[in-house]
Amino acid sequence: MPTFFEAKQVVTPGELLAEGDYQPGENTYTEAGKIFASRIGLVDCENKKVNVVALRAFYVPKPGDIVIGSVIEVGFNGWTVDIKSPYTALLRASDVLSRPFKPQNDELSQVLDAGDLIVAKIASYDRAHDPQLTVGEPGLGKITRGQIMRVTPTKIPRIIGRKGSMISTIKTETNCQIILGLNGMILVTGKNLAEEELAMASIKKIEDESHTSGLTDRITQFLKEEKEKLVPKVEQNVEPKEEENKQ
Amino acid sequence: MTDKQEKLIDKKGIRGDGRKADELRSLKLEVGVLPNADGSAYIEHGKNKILVGVFGPREVHPKHLSKPDRMVIKCRYHMAPFSVPERKSPAPSRREVELSKVIRESLEPALFPELYPRTGIDVYVEVLQADGGTRCASITAAALAIADSGIPMRDLVVACAAGKVEDTVVLDLYDAEDKLGSADVPVAYMPNLNAVTLLQMDGILTPAELEQAVNMAMDGCKKIYAMQKEALKTKYMNLKDETKEEEESVE
Repeated sequence: MPTFFEAKQVVTPGELLAEGDYQPGENTYTEAGKIFASRIGLVDCENKKVNVVALRAFYVPKPGDIVIGSVIEVGFNGWTVDIKSPYTALLRASDVLSRPFKPQNDELSQVLDAGDLIVAKIASYDRAHDPQLTVGEPGLGKITRGQIMRVTPTKIPRIIGRKGSMISTIKTETNCQIILGLNGMILVTGKNLAEEELAMASIKKIEDESHTSGLTDRITQFLKEEKEKLVPKVEQNVEPKEEENKQ
Repeated sequence: MTDKQEKLIDKKGIRGDGRKADELRSLKLEVGVLPNADGSAYIEHGKNKILVGVFGPREVHPKHLSKPDRMVIKCRYHMAPFSVPERKSPAPSRREVELSKVIRESLEPALFPELYPRTGIDVYVEVLQADGGTRCASITAAALAIADSGIPMRDLVVACAAGKVEDTVVLDLYDAEDKLGSADVPVAYMPNLNAVTLLQMDGILTPAELEQAVNMAMDGCKKIYAMQKEALKTKYMNLKDETKEEEESVE
């Protein structure tokens, strides 16, 4: 019952991981009692379960996931939403409008139009049907301000960090609100552009260096250094205004 | 063969381009070269230069081509007009249509089409420069591009040809050997699963020679496979400290 890897080793598709008394976990498959990797990623083994944390993957919808998508089409009784997954999602009009939906009274494009971005939750999804979205919960709905960025969906847990440590560090250091869509889309809303950009830069850094160790410390360090650079800029922004006021 | 033509293999068993009978051409593999594609790879196999871009899984257009129970795989093999000494018409030729099908079918066993019903992936193979054995180089690069895009695979597919030139079985034929030699046997292979996904033969070989050629090609495949894995890992090893942190979960 051997395994054929060291913990956190990078494996490629088709690499033999374990044989015998092991369970196949994420991004693995079994054939003739042997476990192989099916994606490039980092292997590790927990309670006899062999997992590969993928370095590159796409988003597969799961009911209950919060995602960020953009409206691509306004239909007769709902919207088609691109959620950066193999399947486009549907958002029904009756879900958005709190009252019963009548096609003759309501113009759907006035509620949400093509190109609008929304935060939504996957209400249902299975092999035979496209995912359905819902926005009927607090915090969900149309995005009115902030910036959007995209990362590989498998990096989202890394950005969240252990018990949310990483993301809360970024949030408090940059004073930004950050919504992580599990489909890899991230919404950053801050009080000014510089802070938003700092938050985005640190998320990008996490994505690029997600397979290295000691990342939380490095991100804290990075945020501290960058913020020091920011301070003079913010002051400069303020000064001219004061001068204007004096005049 | 005309008098001007040099011998393809000299008395010492050295071939026209200086290789031994069982020697591969030089190989260079690169992954993730096209930011606009979901996955991409570039291969230089001898004088062959091939670029592969992969998209998907995504919705299939036109919609009637999608399958309710599986993912469809589309492949386009295309040679650039400047890829050969004489300008090649950019319109798909009979040969390119065949190679598109052959490449698609040699990649298909490596994928899990049943996992993503109603979707499709597109594999675009662009031959920038051709010098014999492009189908094999294309398969090798396409497998890398698919792995790079994050599509689950059973194994990387790797391909290599062997053939017969002047009564000798040789590995990895280049253009002149392909045209003037007497047989060509491309083999695509999944080394970890020990499964052949493509086997073609052009020309005449005795059963014994065929077996020798197939074995030789499979040995060549194994060498290329090691380079393929290396290329895939290099992309992610730029920051090469091994992680020791425990896996961080959503909770």
